[in-house]
Amino acid sequence: MRIALIATCLGDAMFPQVPRATTELLERLGHQVVFPAGQTCCGQMHINTGYVREGLGVVRHHVEVMEQGGYDVAVVPSGSCTGCIRHQHGMVARRAGDDGLAERAEAVAGRTYELSELLVDVLGVTDVGAHYPHRVTYHPTCHSLRMIRVGDRPLQLLRAVDGIDLVELPGAEGCCGFGGTFALKNPATSAAMLDDKIAAVVSTGASACTAGDASCLMHIGGGLSRQDKEIRTVHLAEILASTR
Amino acid sequence: MSTFLGMPSPLRGEQSFPKASVKELANGQLRRNLQKATSTIRAKRAAVVAEVPDWEELRDAGAAIKADVMARLPELLEQFEAAVTARGGVVHWASDAAEANAIVTELVRATGSDEVIKVKSMATQEIGLNEHLEAEGIAPIETDLAELIVQLGHDKPSHILVPAIHRNRTEILDIFRREMPDVPADLTDEPRRLAMAARAHLRRKFLSVPVAVSGANFGIAETGTLTVVESEGNGRMCLTLPQTLITVMGIEKLLPSYADLEVFLQLLPRSSTGERMNPYTSLWTGVTPGDGPQEFHVVLLDNGRTNALADQVGRAALHCIRCSACLNVCPVYERTGGHAYGSVYPGPIGAVLTPQLTGMQGHDDPSASLPYASTLCGACYDVCPVKIDIPALLVELRARAVETDAAERRLPTGWAAAMKAAAWVMANDRRFAVAEKASRVGRVVARDGSFHRLPPPLNAWTGSRDLPAPPAQSFREWWAEREAGREGEREGGGDTG
Repeated sequence: MRIALIATCLGDAMFPQVPRATTELLERLGHQVVFPAGQTCCGQMHINTGYVREGLGVVRHHVEVMEQGGYDVAVVPSGSCTGCIRHQHGMVARRAGDDGLAERAEAVAGRTYELSELLVDVLGVTDVGAHYPHRVTYHPTCHSLRMIRVGDRPLQLLRAVDGIDLVELPGAEGCCGFGGTFALKNPATSAAMLDDKIAAVVSTGASACTAGDASCLMHIGGGLSRQDKEIRTVHLAEILASTR
Repeated sequence: MSTFLGMPSPLRGEQSFPKASVKELANGQLRRNLQKATSTIRAKRAAVVAEVPDWEELRDAGAAIKADVMARLPELLEQFEAAVTARGGVVHWASDAAEANAIVTELVRATGSDEVIKVKSMATQEIGLNEHLEAEGIAPIETDLAELIVQLGHDKPSHILVPAIHRNRTEILDIFRREMPDVPADLTDEPRRLAMAARAHLRRKFLSVPVAVSGANFGIAETGTLTVVESEGNGRMCLTLPQTLITVMGIEKLLPSYADLEVFLQLLPRSSTGERMNPYTSLWTGVTPGDGPQEFHVVLLDNGRTNALADQVGRAALHCIRCSACLNVCPVYERTGGHAYGSVYPGPIGAVLTPQLTGMQGHDDPSASLPYASTLCGACYDVCPVKIDIPALLVELRARAVETDAAERRLPTGWAAAMKAAAWVMANDRRFAVAEKASRVGRVVARDGSFHRLPPPLNAWTGSRDLPAPPAQSFREWWAEREAGREGEREGGGDTG
């Protein structure tokens, strides 16, 4: 299958290991990965901060880039970016009175999958042949869980990883307090939520905390680092890309 | 930054959510009380909802009935008025809080009483009825246990359903000892004994006060019937013992027919208290000679609802049946409690409803900060019994807050300028690649690959978290390098594989 990789702005600029791992994983599974070079961002930060008009140009750009084709399906190693593409792009266009763009955005979204959805639903694989001999706890990010509803797909994938010691995270479904610009606009509340999430992660005895969103991991990882906890954050794609 | 010059009201606090929440977060006792109470009620709700095989269908039905009500509210209100009048009740129309308060005061005065017993009601909280009555020389007596705790403590409710959720039993004992005139000398903080003390205190009032004020959970347009659901029996006392009953109800509380209660009396108790059925469900229609109150008044309250109805977002928020399930699952509410919202409607639905009812008057209006009091985690939407998509409504309200603010000021805020610049960068991959390279300048001030202290506004992040420094190579650079390498292999190596 020819799979277009949407690296996400954060993955591209700050966490290149995540789109790299996604590329390596999909190529190892025998697929061809293409990177539509014009891509930038899904516009989620603008939209969710209220700058919906400003986000419109970003949405239009994403649609134009992804409409050029040359791929069967697109993959995003992020639940929240997938959620934005799937549930918000059409709304942003319609709100601006551009129904044509909304329909095009929805057509693009219809071919776009979050990583665990792509693997389990489209490619029909749960054992990706990964090896990761560490104690790991999984944080199901809010948008993966409640916006695009990935369910237990990431856990199905993780359980099939050779050598992994997967431990349950207490209060796993609770938000880590990131919420995009919420972390800046309401820093005290965000920090209170983060403290509880970190306490839960520490209580598992895991050496790594994983999730399907680099943004939430940036938040949790930033707190772990500040509190001098020897626990690393690692994206689901990185675990699935690891081999013996 | 200037402060909001409007008047604080039961719907609008004096401070923005970020400021007010800092104070609440510093209260460790409050955090523990809230954590314990919300986690208990969350677990109860989850257990009783899981027992209902057609829960999702019930939610769909609830949403559909509410959508129908909003679509033909004027017609249903007229039908309701005619039905109440035909059965001996009197209907009053109040366009705002001041009108509603004046009507109720007048009606209480006509009874000759200087006391009034009250059933727990959000509508009367919303209009500040107690404060108004007190100013007019009439003593309102809250008869719901938690409302009584709040009233005796000279406090404000912090939850729609459990107004004293921020108090634990030791604090309640202190309040009773200090404020209850007939408090037993040997009272302890055992919950049963606290309830018994309140019961004895209230019983004297139930038997002597001739007028009661209630809210309503539902009003039936077809028959003019009103409904109050409650857990303590205090409501039943207020609704049956006095000579005069005055009900204040928001106009959105109507249901078309009696049969619609079938849906809502399943949805509400499971969502709110986590019970299969609430202990007391009272339904009454007009006046019944020789049985119950012989004088019955309904005050139909608008107070911003017609404006909200005219608007797509506002209309969805009016579907709310005040169950408070969204408060109990909200990770923000769980940390800050209800007072930080500055409105009698706190939590996720409050963050939607309050700005709808008050309007958002520019950046300094506390109401304009409420749509941002959410991480958009979506837990509220999942539990809403009438499927209000609260996160989507919050995003829409944020867009309006930004648009209103931009229209009002000549110079953009720092946020607006930054967002505009970011949108310009992100709508073009060349500009984006340049920005990625530029961000690497920051690497020189990073320690151990992280930033520990950044200037405003990013100090809001580094106050409690580190931020990794940008990597030496972006993904697109890695990709381009890899492609170039492959290109080279293909050109140089020929078909040797």
